Amino acid sequence: MAYAEPAVVDHAPPAEVPEVELYHAKTWLTKYVFSQDAKVIAIQYSLTAIAIGLVALVLSWLMRLQLGFPATFSFIEPADYYQYVTMHGMIMVIYLLTALFLGGFGNYLIPLMVGARDMVFPYVNMLSYWIYLLAVLVLAASFFTPGGPSGAGWTLYPPQSILSGTPGQEWGIILMLVSLMLFIIGFTMGGLNYVVTVLQARARGMTLMRLPLTVWGIFVATILALLAFPALFVAVVMSLLDRTVGTSFFMPHIVEMGEQLPYGGGSPILFQHLFWFFGHPEVYIVALPAFGIVSDLISTHARRNIFGYRMMVWAIIAIGGLSFVVWAHHMYVSGMNPYFGFFFATSTLVIAIPTAIKLYNWVLTLWRGNIHFTVPMLFCIAFIVTFLNGGITGLFLGNVSVDVPLSDTMFVVAHFHMVMGVAPIFVIFAAIYHWYPLISGRMFNQALGLFHFWVTFIGAYLIFLPLHYLGFVGVPRRYFEIGETGFVPESAATLNEFITVVALIVGFAQVVFMANLAWSVFRGRVAGRNPWRAVTLEWQTAEVPPGHGNWGPTLPVVYRWAYAYSVPGVEDDFVPQNLPPSQVKAADPSARAAE
Amino acid sequence: MLVAVVLVVIAVGTVVFHVVSPWWWTPIASNWHIIDDATLVTFWITGVAYVAVILFMAYCAVRFRYRKGRRAAYEPENKRLEWWLTGLTSLGVIGLLTPGLIVWNEFVTVPDDAAEFEVVGRQWQWSYRLPGKDGVLGASDPRLITGDNTFGLDPNDPRGQDDVLIEGDDLHLPIGRPLKVLMRSADVIHDFYVPHFRAKMDIIPGMVTYFWFTPTRTGTFDILCAELCGVGHHTMRGMVVVEADTDYQEWLQGQSTFADLMARAAPGDAVKLAADEGRGDAAANGNTRSGSDRPSPINR
Repeated sequence: MAYAEPAVVDHAPPAEVPEVELYHAKTWLTKYVFSQDAKVIAIQYSLTAIAIGLVALVLSWLMRLQLGFPATFSFIEPADYYQYVTMHGMIMVIYLLTALFLGGFGNYLIPLMVGARDMVFPYVNMLSYWIYLLAVLVLAASFFTPGGPSGAGWTLYPPQSILSGTPGQEWGIILMLVSLMLFIIGFTMGGLNYVVTVLQARARGMTLMRLPLTVWGIFVATILALLAFPALFVAVVMSLLDRTVGTSFFMPHIVEMGEQLPYGGGSPILFQHLFWFFGHPEVYIVALPAFGIVSDLISTHARRNIFGYRMMVWAIIAIGGLSFVVWAHHMYVSGMNPYFGFFFATSTLVIAIPTAIKLYNWVLTLWRGNIHFTVPMLFCIAFIVTFLNGGITGLFLGNVSVDVPLSDTMFVVAHFHMVMGVAPIFVIFAAIYHWYPLISGRMFNQALGLFHFWVTFIGAYLIFLPLHYLGFVGVPRRYFEIGETGFVPESAATLNEFITVVALIVGFAQVVFMANLAWSVFRGRVAGRNPWRAVTLEWQTAEVPPGHGNWGPTLPVVYRWAYAYSVPGVEDDFVPQNLPPSQVKAADPSARAAE
Repeated sequence: MLVAVVLVVIAVGTVVFHVVSPWWWTPIASNWHIIDDATLVTFWITGVAYVAVILFMAYCAVRFRYRKGRRAAYEPENKRLEWWLTGLTSLGVIGLLTPGLIVWNEFVTVPDDAAEFEVVGRQWQWSYRLPGKDGVLGASDPRLITGDNTFGLDPNDPRGQDDVLIEGDDLHLPIGRPLKVLMRSADVIHDFYVPHFRAKMDIIPGMVTYFWFTPTRTGTFDILCAELCGVGHHTMRGMVVVEADTDYQEWLQGQSTFADLMARAAPGDAVKLAADEGRGDAAANGNTRSGSDRPSPINR
């Protein structure tokens, strides 16, 4: 049989570069605050992302209150609603998902999983976090400015984003754009670290084709981000100039409320091309780390090697490449040349093929496995369901003509929440539960974890599945209220109430989740070493949680791939990547005969 | 076991919900049935895949749940299976893309005999312009927009004098003729969207966008803006009345032309003359057919 696993060898190649002395923190401040340790930076990134994510969660409740019970809450004006929409979207996509997957999991897992002591540029890595924090603070500050935050929608389409008919035109939009510039600068500092660390700091024996898929996912996602964010950066800079000094990069001649404005000659569609040239890869910047993590978690908790590892790696690379040639599928009804539709529909549906392969391989990893339904595994299964659902509705929207009626309706909202909101966040939950014992040294409370899982999974499905159908009816997105129409039935209002109630319940379950994590840090059962009996390196550190420099005096040496679960002829059902072949215990022949 | 049960409930429940849900397409009133058909093909292909994958997971959740002493199979790759699945998925994608692109080709190919009319979006209202008896819309430029000339029509362009302007009122359209909607915005991006017609398109300031459709059912339908256009986005509504050609012509007679409006705003002999002339010709030509091969006027 053609195994992906290279032959196990007794020796590993010699180190190609000598070890570099780490920065050793001397004070509490440099150890925990201005830390250069990737693990501390990871936690800083994660806590900041979750904190601002909670703001976005509260905004989603306010939106749902308005949609479920229109004309009930006098404090929600149309301008407020559009500000909720905008800030919720931007925070979730950029400041939570991107920051948490790359800044959070990337920082924690890359050095540990590749067998490095730290990121290769620790000082720049530290700066990355502090600039990210500044970006978050600038964004949050817009809540407190005259006129409030921008209400331009997270896509920030000019001309409306900088004109007075849109809330937050005074200060909100400026702070939003400045914050995005800061975010991109901060991200670039971190991103260069992730890429160079994966390429240059792997342990002896850790070939590229032995890397866990988590690292592959984060690695390729980071490359995408480094190539895609500059497009957003230029769009943001030009928008900022249009807003502040009156240039017309994206501004044609405009008559606003009967008044001739001194703009002219710019192209609003150009902004959309730049935005989505970033915006579509952004989907995969979030999705690829999630793909990687879910692969490793399913494999570990099903005690079975990931199915088709090499295909999985190539699929990640193919998806990453293709993600740069599909952007205009967000623009089928934008007024761009309609003949683009043929190309972008084709490229978009082609990307479904490697994506589907990944999904089959996750399912086929469960097949003939020995599945432990732990909380991380349950969230992985929930991810497969919601990602499959969201991927399928993506085939509707990607297929140009089918997109025409559905574009800009609730169907789109349901689609991207399922595929880019719910599914990756399930992976985040799975990953937090999975690595919690490593990061904190303690176990989370299982019962609370199960409660959190079932409420969140069932609830999220109940929220977003029916929402697609409101899109079929024709309910547009970004509507403060639909009001009287001749096509939306009365029952839609009942459905909206139901969705709002479920959304509030799901929101409450997140409080339970956070309480569980906070409580378990102090009171959880001590997890001990490698409680999931995992193969990958991060579980094989000298101390738990891993200490400064990760590995104690000697760096690990890698002898095999990251999926040596249930290897025939071996006693244990896992063989750590760094266990020398001479120490692998052969199975008891009599036990095998009985099997 | 619980996991398997829930997965089966999700697979079956989703299909049941799809079938019994009261929320479905708004009854169509245009020629774009083929878009609905392409959507149904998409539903079938993807629905089968969805149910199959989830039921297979449910099977795995029962059959391969943890049991002490059992070992998972060690099988890093299975080339045959992987290529089979890749092939099947590719077939599915071809099955989706083919109808999708055929319909798109239809969508972007405006029939030669389509009559043109114009929709103008501005924060937060719709207005419409129908060509006069000459069947041609006059030139326009946003720089010409004033309180009186809200459409920004060129007063020196004779083709625009007879253009019928509808502001703050319902749009009327004749049934059964292909129509090409030309769209302009004075300020920000809007999107002309009638759920019953299925088709929609953004309206970009600084350029003219378009799409075409044929109304196939009489009635009054909602016009919405489908692209966030500021704080009044959700209030940017209108109504379109699709009616028989005779009713349409009757309605059309009662509307003002550009020349009428300019005359009313700034009475002057020259403009007034042009206005009267335009009015008279429009009435005279109300029920005649124009047999030219250029875009025929909507009010032929």
